[in-house]
Amino acid sequence: MTPENMIEIRGLWTTFGEVVVHRDLDLDVHRGEILSIVGASGSGKTTLLRQMLGLEQPTRGTVKIFGVMMDGADAKQQAAHRNRWGMLFQHGALFSALTVFENIALPLREMKTLPDDMIEDLVMLKLNMVNLTPADAHKMPADLSGGMIKRVALARALALEPELLFLDEPTAGLDPESCESFVSLVRTLQQALGLTIVMVTHDLDTLFELTTRVAVLADQHVIAVAPVNEVIGISHPFIRQFFLGARGRRAMEVLRA
Amino acid sequence: MVGGDRIGRVFLAMMACQTDPESRLQLASIRGMLKSSMQHAAPQIECVSGNREMLFSLRGDWVVQTLAVSGRILALQAQVGLDHDACAAASWDLTGIDRLDHLGAQFFWNLWGRRRPARLVLDARQEAFFDRLQHLGGGLPIPAKQHFLWIAALGSSLFNFVDHVVGFVRLLGQLLLDILRLVRHPLRGPWTEISAGIFHAGTQAMGITALVGLLIGVVLSYLSSQQLRLFGADIYIVNILGLSIIRELGPLLAAILVAGRSGSAITAQLGVMRVTEELDALLVMGIPHGFRLILPRVLSLGLAMPLVVVWTDAMALLGGMLSAKTSLGLSYSFFLETLPNVVKPGNIWLGVGKGAVFGMLIGLTACHFGLRIQPNTTSLGEGTTASVVTAITIVILADAVFAIVFKGVGI
Repeated sequence: MTPENMIEIRGLWTTFGEVVVHRDLDLDVHRGEILSIVGASGSGKTTLLRQMLGLEQPTRGTVKIFGVMMDGADAKQQAAHRNRWGMLFQHGALFSALTVFENIALPLREMKTLPDDMIEDLVMLKLNMVNLTPADAHKMPADLSGGMIKRVALARALALEPELLFLDEPTAGLDPESCESFVSLVRTLQQALGLTIVMVTHDLDTLFELTTRVAVLADQHVIAVAPVNEVIGISHPFIRQFFLGARGRRAMEVLRA
Repeated sequence: MVGGDRIGRVFLAMMACQTDPESRLQLASIRGMLKSSMQHAAPQIECVSGNREMLFSLRGDWVVQTLAVSGRILALQAQVGLDHDACAAASWDLTGIDRLDHLGAQFFWNLWGRRRPARLVLDARQEAFFDRLQHLGGGLPIPAKQHFLWIAALGSSLFNFVDHVVGFVRLLGQLLLDILRLVRHPLRGPWTEISAGIFHAGTQAMGITALVGLLIGVVLSYLSSQQLRLFGADIYIVNILGLSIIRELGPLLAAILVAGRSGSAITAQLGVMRVTEELDALLVMGIPHGFRLILPRVLSLGLAMPLVVVWTDAMALLGGMLSAKTSLGLSYSFFLETLPNVVKPGNIWLGVGKGAVFGMLIGLTACHFGLRIQPNTTSLGEGTTASVVTAITIVILADAVFAIVFKGVGI
């Protein structure tokens, strides 16, 4: 059985002026997997993520999400799709004028169809799922630590029960302990909710812990999409430098242990 | 009595279509509504009344996409039509549900009065949802009720006001020290910033001040001339326009426009620098805010404003002159010859001096509010508004002070 594709990217080109970032790039994301996108800085990982989200348009090529081209879809269809995915931004992108509770409640309230008590219950449930306490609900984003911001942002991304979750550098800027607990949180939630996750990360520990498949972005396209073990075996300067440098070897030691 | 056995029997009964016809009708309408929205199936409740108890068996998708439809949740609650206790006493079979998410689970949980009903059949995945709900901590904490809120509000606004005054005085003191430093080491001053500030606050403001000045001059001249004609005092239009524009209107108009343009820009700029921690970065590098951020902004406004005032005066007088020509037939040469005779030079110096003071006040106010902005979006908006409103108010207050102090000059 061929796996169902949540995202299909075909023949994608991105150019900024004279600079070609993506050249004829193809990528599939299967249902239920955690796909990590890795690449050197400036290789267009975040740009690719933003193109999947429809925040930027590729110069050429198609991006299909849930089997539908976002470009040509009408506004109603687009809105329906936007409720089926969640995005965790690198710096959380919490609304600084709203409390934690209001931040998570915002996408639910925007539906305009759910009763208030139900929204409150759901927000408290989401807070609990990301291991925050009810006492945190009234805090403002400015009063939160980096790890808590990520948790709240994750709770907000999960508010509408998405099938697809995008994570941009989910563990960047976290201390090792919060990083580890965040990774295990994401894994638990992914298993419990059956999420499909697309993740951009530099952090090898996170990568090894979470990923089902790795997409390696180099030479302006995806040079490999495979489970970590297989990707390591590929002979390419970037892969060697990324996975088999001192940093990578240390992370792999942990993986083997 | 074993649940499974009983449910088996009731299922058979269900096959015999003993369902409530009304609920079926509702179901059909719900299904119709849902046809359009993707491939989800509508949530369905089928209720079978046994001899002593009821069995609810559920089908369809109980997910956000199907439940967050206007009125759906209320309709489903109405369809069940029982209170929490009766719901909890009934039998529930959720295994027929295709898809369940937290919203669906929460719906049932609330229906049952936040506990598991006596007889409940779940599959393993659904079990996890209700497990999570069962072990959920407390609800949203209600903030403690505070008494005598109006006294607290009064007190805090008083403290806030004092805080602003103290902050402003401190800023003024710092500015004087920075000016002394600039005088002592003129070569190390932030001249590039000052020059850029003059360009932004002065040169780029020429268009809007010219337009506003010209129009005000035309309107003022036209209205005054209508009254003066009644007394046959036409030629006094030059006195009225010259004195009011050069002494009062020119500086005030320029100040209000510059407060709106440059004051808001300065506040927003400093505010964003706070949000992005650029202010902290400057301090860490040992670059004081006063000397590098505030001094150049206040000085450039203080230097640019007198020039803008002269420009606005000229434009307003031009407008007045054009209007006087059309409405009173006063020739341009007469207007230009009379003007120096009826407006003493003191007025020009007063107007230009006002401009310098207003400019520096606007700069100081803008910097004061800019530095107090908290790193969030609301504070940025409020700070910018407060900055412009306060700057204009302060300018008008200062204008009143000028009027009293210089009442013997130029009249």
